[in-house]
Amino acid sequence: MTPDRALFLVLAVTGLGLAVASVALRNLVRSAFALIGCLFVVAAFYAMLDASLLAAAQVVVYIGAIATLIVLVVMLTRRELQDRSPQTHRYWPLAAALGAVAFVGIAWGLSQYVFFNMTPSVLPAGDTVAQLGAALVDPERFLVPFEAVSVLLLSALVGAALVAGGAKEK
Amino acid sequence: MGDLFTAITEWLRSILLGAGVPAAAVPWIFAVARAFLLGISGLLLVILLIWFERKAVARMQDRIGPNRVGPYGLLQTVADMLKLTIKEDLIPPHGDRLLFQLAPILAVMGVVGLWAVIPIASTAYGVDLNVGVLFLVAAGTFGTLGILMAGWSSDNKFALLGAFRTVAQLVSYEVPMVLALLVPVALAGTMSLGGIVAAQGGMWFAVSAPLAALAFLVASLAEVARAPFELLEAESEIVAGFHVEYSGIRFGMFFAAEFLHAFTIGALLAVLFLGGWQGPGAARYPTLGAVYFLIKTFLSYFLLVWARATLPRIRIDQMLNFCWTVLTPMMLALVCAVVLLNRALMDYPLWLRTGVLLGANGLVALSTLVLLGRRVRRARRAVGAA
Repeated sequence: MTPDRALFLVLAVTGLGLAVASVALRNLVRSAFALIGCLFVVAAFYAMLDASLLAAAQVVVYIGAIATLIVLVVMLTRRELQDRSPQTHRYWPLAAALGAVAFVGIAWGLSQYVFFNMTPSVLPAGDTVAQLGAALVDPERFLVPFEAVSVLLLSALVGAALVAGGAKEK
Repeated sequence: MGDLFTAITEWLRSILLGAGVPAAAVPWIFAVARAFLLGISGLLLVILLIWFERKAVARMQDRIGPNRVGPYGLLQTVADMLKLTIKEDLIPPHGDRLLFQLAPILAVMGVVGLWAVIPIASTAYGVDLNVGVLFLVAAGTFGTLGILMAGWSSDNKFALLGAFRTVAQLVSYEVPMVLALLVPVALAGTMSLGGIVAAQGGMWFAVSAPLAALAFLVASLAEVARAPFELLEAESEIVAGFHVEYSGIRFGMFFAAEFLHAFTIGALLAVLFLGGWQGPGAARYPTLGAVYFLIKTFLSYFLLVWARATLPRIRIDQMLNFCWTVLTPMMLALVCAVVLLNRALMDYPLWLRTGVLLGANGLVALSTLVLLGRRVRRARRAVGAA
């Protein structure tokens, strides 16, 4: 077993454990932190795949911004949410069966794709971040989607400012 | 002697290979060794930093400072550290034990992690990531999470208030800080910190973009939550903020993280704007480069200590107002100006480009001051009319 594979297995088990913890724990704040851990493991996977920009962006965007927001909101909720009521209802076997069927179906469908058995292509030489940047501003490639997303985010920003600003006092 | 770091690495490599270690394992051993070395030397440095800061602040306030333990009080911090480690480690009974214990570790991790990408000399660095600058922002989020965790798990309203202030402060000041980081990235054309230092061979970025350096300094002062931005632990308002329930070694960890963070900000200022290890003869003798880097870092760190010793704490509304209505718009304008001008003058000589960029910086600073002055006058008139 190569060190890479050992690292992958350790990370995969940790990530799955944290994912289960984030839905199964009764303590909401703890499950929020478990979610953060899970997102971090995903960033570690990106790093192992030589996608350093994606890994850094995952940490900055998901852990730095979104997860901080989640934790903050959860902290403001009442602590009684971790009460003693059952975490399941009486139809849970049905839900479990449906989930299992969906999982098997998706796994089977994915295994039919060629990319599952492909060897990874060799990364182009040079700075991948610079190449990604050049691709984003190349009209032949991703300039239009990039600009469309910018407009979308800008309108979201303006909307957020409008909502937060509240009504003008008369 | 010229290149101490490569010499030591080669010497260790020959020892390892001589002892029968497989060649494939050597890079892994070096990676682990570098991580240990950077982390431990960073944390040991804190002992010296605390002494220096107490001494410097004392002198500025016309006091003597620690002078009882050891020569010039040098061993005062060692004594304090011993005292902290043997103190009782209290954990609040109704809080969250696990998160309470995890929080200080995260706080230290967020700071020590930064040293992984800081180039100390051209041949001495943890790792030269091609997304180094983004990594700095990413590593910083762990500190924020640690503080949030500490505030919530303490089961104390002052701690929680401190944690909420943290989010308001750290998350808002991240915006101008990232914008300020964009300027050296745009000027150097790379996000790798090694590349940014190498690009400053001709001219330091502090000369081409002094306003960005200043904004970075202010935003990072807020990020480390030191005076005048230490609202998260304002003693007179919320007791001690997020770490009010902490004692013993866990409190010590928060404390060490804060001091090391301040020094790290000094190092980042040196790397991003003051040319890092660049200096006469540094390209040929990397050991000399490390000396330059440390001198620049200490000077930048001194700026932070100076600010702490002389500035009063500001209010939270003033702080957020300053961030969103002054710093962020100013940095947005500056980033646009720097990127456009730098691109337009790509083929002109360096002195012309630097001069024009300097002029653009001055113009942005001037218009910010004029607009600010008008707004303050308007506010004063409104108060006078009421």
